[in-house]
Amino acid sequence: MQHFAALLDALTYTTSRKRKLALLADYLRTAPDPDRGWALGALTGALDFPAVKSSTIRALMMPRIDPVLWALSRDFVGDTAETASLLWPAPQDGAGAPPPSLHEVVETLATLTRASAPGVIAGLFDRLDASGRYALIKLATGALRAGVSARLAKTAFAQGFAVPLEEVEEYWHALAPPYAPLFAWAAGGPAPVLADLPRFRPFMLAHPLEDERLDLKDYAAEWKWDGIRVQLVRAGGAVRVYSRSGDDISASFPELLGALPFDAVLDGELLVRGSAQGGTAGGAASFNALQQRLGRKSVPARMLREYPAFVRLYDVLLLEGRDWRSAPWKSRRATLEALMPRLPESHFDLSPLIEAADFAELARLREGARDAAIEGLMLKHRASPYVAGRKAGLWFKWKRDPLLIDCVVMYAQRGSGKRSSFYSDYTFGCWDGDPEAGAELLPVGKAYSGFTDAELKALDRFVRQHTIARFGPVRELERKLVVEVAFDSVHASKRHKSGLAMRFPRIHRIRWDKPAHEADRVERLRALVKD
Amino acid sequence: MLGPDRAGAAGLKPRNRPARLRVGTLVRAPFSWIRPEPWGIHIVPADAWVDPSRPVPRALVTHGHADHARAGHGETIATPATLAIMALRYGTGEGAVPAAYGETIALGGGVAATFLPAGHVLGSAQILLEHAGERVIITGDYKRSPDPTCAPFALTPCDLLITEATFGLPVFTHPPIAGEIAKLLEARAENPDSCILVGAYALGKAQRVIAELRAAGHADTIWLHGAMAAMCRLYEEHGVALGDLRLVSDAPSKEALRGAIVIAPPAALNDRWSRRLPDPVTAMASGWMRVRQRARQRGVELPLVISDHADWGELTGTIAEVNPAETWITHGREEALLRWCALTQRRARALALVGYEDEDD
Repeated sequence: MQHFAALLDALTYTTSRKRKLALLADYLRTAPDPDRGWALGALTGALDFPAVKSSTIRALMMPRIDPVLWALSRDFVGDTAETASLLWPAPQDGAGAPPPSLHEVVETLATLTRASAPGVIAGLFDRLDASGRYALIKLATGALRAGVSARLAKTAFAQGFAVPLEEVEEYWHALAPPYAPLFAWAAGGPAPVLADLPRFRPFMLAHPLEDERLDLKDYAAEWKWDGIRVQLVRAGGAVRVYSRSGDDISASFPELLGALPFDAVLDGELLVRGSAQGGTAGGAASFNALQQRLGRKSVPARMLREYPAFVRLYDVLLLEGRDWRSAPWKSRRATLEALMPRLPESHFDLSPLIEAADFAELARLREGARDAAIEGLMLKHRASPYVAGRKAGLWFKWKRDPLLIDCVVMYAQRGSGKRSSFYSDYTFGCWDGDPEAGAELLPVGKAYSGFTDAELKALDRFVRQHTIARFGPVRELERKLVVEVAFDSVHASKRHKSGLAMRFPRIHRIRWDKPAHEADRVERLRALVKD
Repeated sequence: MLGPDRAGAAGLKPRNRPARLRVGTLVRAPFSWIRPEPWGIHIVPADAWVDPSRPVPRALVTHGHADHARAGHGETIATPATLAIMALRYGTGEGAVPAAYGETIALGGGVAATFLPAGHVLGSAQILLEHAGERVIITGDYKRSPDPTCAPFALTPCDLLITEATFGLPVFTHPPIAGEIAKLLEARAENPDSCILVGAYALGKAQRVIAELRAAGHADTIWLHGAMAAMCRLYEEHGVALGDLRLVSDAPSKEALRGAIVIAPPAALNDRWSRRLPDPVTAMASGWMRVRQRARQRGVELPLVISDHADWGELTGTIAEVNPAETWITHGREEALLRWCALTQRRARALALVGYEDEDD
């Protein structure tokens, strides 16, 4: 348990992804079985101990400390688990039993009931130090927050054992903690035997198209829809919806779970009904509408009615026992098209292919894509198998050109990690009228990317030399510097004073030459809203 | 006078109200010659102030930290080391009156003052004040755990204990320093291509960390931020050996700092200065590091719980050992300590002094 507690602490304090990976990889290599498997499960949110709640911990502390001292401490520390871990009185009989292993802790927690939890946890507390107690509470209440995504954990696993990430992903989702067959395989053993479960398969991804010109005889084109990429899986009598990172988002989209009438693994874009995408009734609403549905553990009936979800299908990976992934794209596409009549129209449609005589015509269609509020084009090699990750030359994404607007930098804040000494996060605004006639700047967005290291240094210097006020970590700046901001789209939003929110804003160009009063006005941005 | 309203503010039950003493034919409240004002503690009969935060004609200064030792007093009574620190920081020794540990000074008005070691930083003192048969100790900042860079805290009986409460919450337990130093050396061994950048308060903490590193057998050059250099020299002049120290600005190259330990003031940790270092692992030596969120807010990757203040156990333990008739709490998290005094049936009150900061300790 102490080893896991030390890992958790180190992950908590480390902001660098590289160091997190190294810490985790090192732990996975050196910790014993089955502790390391439980740790992996805990860090990626795969363990659940319903008998232990934050209130259990508080109730455990109350007989042991004066309530006023508890409240003052809790206020200062800001976290119940940490406060309890620090305030737990050392056992009277001095050195008690040795600390439990993570395995023992997990097994113990799994058997707890509401009634038995306080006594058992108190017994474990007595055998741990403050850091161990903290890890125990976080583990038991399922709130580790160590900044480890499933993706990071898989990458660390692949790195730690020098095995291909795609294979880790493939097996991972078929196994449950403590993942014994996965560790055995990584140590040179046989590949895990996978049960018939609705498991995730790694997505095939696309490279951005730069200046290449592709021959449409070799490549098929379709729209890149502005929703979220999902994988819909039915196997062994269960259905799951996975996001691109492999997170199970089934709970957010219950209406899809009953809609797939046969065993399959399908790749598509999750959208909600509306008219903004595709232009016709029965099409898809903007990304803004979809956002209402994301990240919910349960979905109210009203949401299901107002923002019904459906999947616009791109590809088929598995169908009724056959693995299609090694087949060329055109066979998979034909299979998918043949499948459509068997799928309910209410929850599925097919992402259409774009007919274009040549690449130039395709480029013209892409220019027009703005009005249809789609992200751009996808180009897929007609012979490409479905392979995990980004393989050169197979799939390309050709995003529409970004929208551009000239804004004035208003506030700056320091970044984190490697950028913690730089003012690298910028809030910028547009004029709410004629600046010559006393108009004000309204903040319209925030960006922290798009510039080179040299430009970052220059921006940092500018911030330090043109600060007019400080609010905690934020510096307010002289209204002087114009930046050309690139963004994908803009939507109505109640969150900002300007009533607007941009998608993917980034600094496209620094206009050292341009006077602030020549920056754009808010109305120009407002005219671009397509909600 | 400790009237009913003040007693109420201090959370005292009426029956705990101080008894009145009969002195000669006058009836007066105990300790009425010591008067806490927002900007310092006034010793009324001698017209002198302890750690005043504004210039006064005569000041008694417990130690050299900037929130206790201000410039501009007419006369400053302090230990020789504290006076040397103040001269270094403020560039003048005007009005300095040295008071050696244990030497009793007559302040006038029938008040005698004795400076006693507080164990906080070099030169730090508790001040014992005696007047009209009453003994008052002002602890200043103090700690009880051992520190090779200063004289250890001298436990002294008194009637009124005026204590600090910087870490006055039961969550604060400062672990033995050896374990924290071991963590630092371990991180260094694990990151041979980086440097370990340790944020440490320039007076006291920095020298203590260096001295403890030396005691743990670390003999390599320790690299310093420029703001540390003069204070380290002063410590060495006062007999605290710190080994081979060099300035980061004198490093021949970035490469020379790989695998090194670098010590800088906390404010420099995430500022432009640190860009010159090779991929630093950011550490911070402070009692606040006991709380995760405090470390995360500052972007600290390696928190070292090293404090020059008394922790909760030392604060409460000292009050219990000294067992004064009354305890006053100057600055910090006084509420919790006040609560503890109430729970243990001790007469106590919190003073609302201004100008003392939650320094980066």
